[in-house]
Amino acid sequence: MLHRILSNDLPRSRWLAALLIILFLGLAFAPFLFPGVKALNVAAKVLVFVALVASFDLLLGYTGIVSFAHTMFFGIGAYGVAIALNAVEEPSWGAIALGVICALLVSLVLSLMIGLFSLRVRAIFFAMITLAVASAFLTLASQLSDFTGGEDGLSFSVPELLSPGFTLTEEPLVTPLGEVDLNGKLITYYLIFVSVCAIFLTILRIVNSPFGRVLQAIRENDFRAEALGYRTVVYRTLSNVLSAAFATLAGCLLALWLRYNGPDTSLSFEIMLDILLIVVIGGMGTLYGALIGSVLFVLAQSYLQDLLRLAGEATAGIPLLPALLTPDRWLLWMGVLFVLSVYYFPTGIVGKLRERSVLARLKGMK
Amino acid sequence: MSLFKDLDWKPMALVPVLALAALPAIGSPSTWLTLTVAGLAMGMIVFIIASGLTLVFGLMDVLNFGHGVFIALGAFVATTVLASMGSYTTADSLWLNLLALLPAMLVAMAVAGALGLVFERLIIRPVYGMHLKQILITMGGMIIGEELIKVIWGPEQIPLPLPEALRGAVLMGDAAVEKYRLLAVLVGAAVFAAMVWTLNRTKVGLLIRAGVQDREMVESLGYRIRRLFVGVFVAGSALAGLGGVMWGLYQQSVIPQMGAQVNVLIFIVIIIGGLGSTLGALIGALLVGLMANYTGFLVPKVALFSNIALMVAILLWRPQGVYPVTNR
Amino acid sequence: MSNLLTLNGVHTHIGAYHILHGVDLTVPTGQLTMLLGRNGAGKTTTLRTIMGLWHASQGTVVLDGEDITQKPTPDIAHSGVAYVPESMGIFSDLSVRENMLLAARGARTLDDIDTTRLEWIFGLFPAMKKFWTHPAGKLSGGQKQMLAVSRAIVEPRKLLLIDEPSKGLAPAIIQNMIEAFRQLKAAQTTILLVEQNFNFARQLGDTVAVMDDGRVVHSGSMAELAADEALQSRLLGLSLGAHQ
Repeated sequence: MLHRILSNDLPRSRWLAALLIILFLGLAFAPFLFPGVKALNVAAKVLVFVALVASFDLLLGYTGIVSFAHTMFFGIGAYGVAIALNAVEEPSWGAIALGVICALLVSLVLSLMIGLFSLRVRAIFFAMITLAVASAFLTLASQLSDFTGGEDGLSFSVPELLSPGFTLTEEPLVTPLGEVDLNGKLITYYLIFVSVCAIFLTILRIVNSPFGRVLQAIRENDFRAEALGYRTVVYRTLSNVLSAAFATLAGCLLALWLRYNGPDTSLSFEIMLDILLIVVIGGMGTLYGALIGSVLFVLAQSYLQDLLRLAGEATAGIPLLPALLTPDRWLLWMGVLFVLSVYYFPTGIVGKLRERSVLARLKGMK
Repeated sequence: MSLFKDLDWKPMALVPVLALAALPAIGSPSTWLTLTVAGLAMGMIVFIIASGLTLVFGLMDVLNFGHGVFIALGAFVATTVLASMGSYTTADSLWLNLLALLPAMLVAMAVAGALGLVFERLIIRPVYGMHLKQILITMGGMIIGEELIKVIWGPEQIPLPLPEALRGAVLMGDAAVEKYRLLAVLVGAAVFAAMVWTLNRTKVGLLIRAGVQDREMVESLGYRIRRLFVGVFVAGSALAGLGGVMWGLYQQSVIPQMGAQVNVLIFIVIIIGGLGSTLGALIGALLVGLMANYTGFLVPKVALFSNIALMVAILLWRPQGVYPVTNR
Repeated sequence: MSNLLTLNGVHTHIGAYHILHGVDLTVPTGQLTMLLGRNGAGKTTTLRTIMGLWHASQGTVVLDGEDITQKPTPDIAHSGVAYVPESMGIFSDLSVRENMLLAARGARTLDDIDTTRLEWIFGLFPAMKKFWTHPAGKLSGGQKQMLAVSRAIVEPRKLLLIDEPSKGLAPAIIQNMIEAFRQLKAAQTTILLVEQNFNFARQLGDTVAVMDDGRVVHSGSMAELAADEALQSRLLGLSLGAHQ
């Protein structure tokens, strides 16, 4: 049964399996294990990133395509929901549905265009072009302020069931770990949780299907794949489209959680870098890497800055170090970590854990 | 580029064609002149930056997504140098101003070139031939560079005012043509001329042109092309530094993110021009510069899109860019 | 008779493919050795391995007493080897003159090239003089081939590695080539030539090595092979006379 759910793509490593189970349970029961607004925000952010990075892994890890336009689709999803809910008087599920569908359509068209264009240009060109397109989109979003709220973005309300005001019980639930408000936020959290699980398992299914195997063949040697009779353009384009669709859905979820969306929340280059970082550190072409990487990254981002602040204060007397160790320079250290990961951990955490497990098994066989 | 009568002139014609096409759209000839000079100036600056990148890619198949870091570094170094030469820049004498600008440019080039040396050794060398890793790592390198710039100079925007004598405009009939932009066109033309001379009249240039076409054959002829590559990379970085100084002066301010911002423009330029072609980079840069200025005047909201549309149009005509370098 | 070049048990892998399965080859000094074999036998791979463009995973390549197996290509070229690949490797955007200048390692400018030698090359291949300033890409196939060979001989070299120089050339041009190689042989240059045109091979070859499936399956004198039609048929699937 577990095999069916995971599409036969098992962790293949005891440590990895244990880690994944812990993370899964942690996220499933996050509101109860880590009560408090900040923790819940972190957990929701992790979930959204898992979906976003998993969709990116489909494109990069499994099909071997580097695209910098991923945040664009993320943003389209977020703006779709934001614009829809902003435009209506009374936030409704219908509006959400409309926003999601419109966003998906826009993403479909754009990703198709981008995918078909990759026919004519080399992979390097493609990467550069997606970078240019994403930048243009970001500028566009900031400039069409009537539509998108410009630099300030759009704030909106969500249907009553999801809003913080809505409460299931009068008093918060008291647990040994703290008080938990059984309100709309909690419901939204579980909506996101279930959606992300569905998205993740769907992507897992896709990469383990015959289609997914062709993608991997194309990644390894597209010449050969073409010679074997697979129209690589079609597969690549499909991969592009699917990846964009899931990113869009992730964006919709983000908007629902934040009840706000702006250019920096979903379209910024920083987010693209975050995605790259997570997919590399977690492990490209593994999907599970998206889960582990996202948790690691978001936790680090939220709590590392505090650590840097402490470190900065501790080294106040020494020249230059405080400037390097301030929480504002957090990206510097992530950049260093990123470069080191590409060199020394090309297979990421998941890859390393699986390697160890294979080695252990080989040793055991002797 | 050895024989002019064999030269494929069509792409070169694009530049005057675009300029002339814009004239009716803009209406007034004097505004057109101002915008055209502005566009050419911007184009020249972008060319200075892009030329290094396209040669590096053509020669060694290395795509440096972090080229922007040299631009930013050059610009920031210039702010420090110029700040220390206050008396020269505030004086209203062209010669004194140039006397201040020249060291700023030279120091910027030297620092950017030195960083280029380090960058090549640490970041690029380990990933020759692995395009995916190159893209990721050079991006990482750029982030680190950008952050280090913030550490040294602070994260805020720093003004980079033009020296006194270079401010303002020259009147040509009805048109106001900014003095600095004329200087930029001159500098750009000088760099282009120097590059063309080096590429066509020296043995090193010969090696580079041959290497861009067929690296293996050049090695088989007995030349250690690795060393050549490092040289070209450092030169490219130095040029990017120079371009950064000029860009900073063009905008009259510098921010740490400027590298990433100009990166996109450069990529568009070298895609249009054809990876590995210097002339292509020049044409691409001039087209992009003109386009940005014309649309900036006519339809400001679509400025960046117009460049992408330009790129797409050119790729539909010639999928490898206007002057694709013949295959290895 | 000494051997300028010796290959011993050379294996070459290209990625996952095992192309050379233990090549043993000797190239006597001052002679022209023909390397024959069907398509895919490994002839080009052998030349590329000697030149260092692909490194042997096993075995040794010894040139004039020096082990060049793991040497980088530019260094091997410096040891006195010139390579004319099957694709000719001419730089089409450069002029004929620039191609030659590049090949003349010792020359900084054109004046440094030995004029006597240049005249000799022009005598062999008049088209080179005629198209001296034209971009090499504009030359015909035969002329490009001549340029590729001219480049290899613009300075004296110990060893010439030449891959199918007569491919796709008109018979008249092939005669020019044959004459050129005859003159080179007279000048004591050692040549290792891969060819499929057997008329060419028979006229020029002193020694011959036949390859199949990544190994040398026969080596000996050309005269021997030319005289033995049964051997030709067995090794090459057809007789020297039949294939033109």
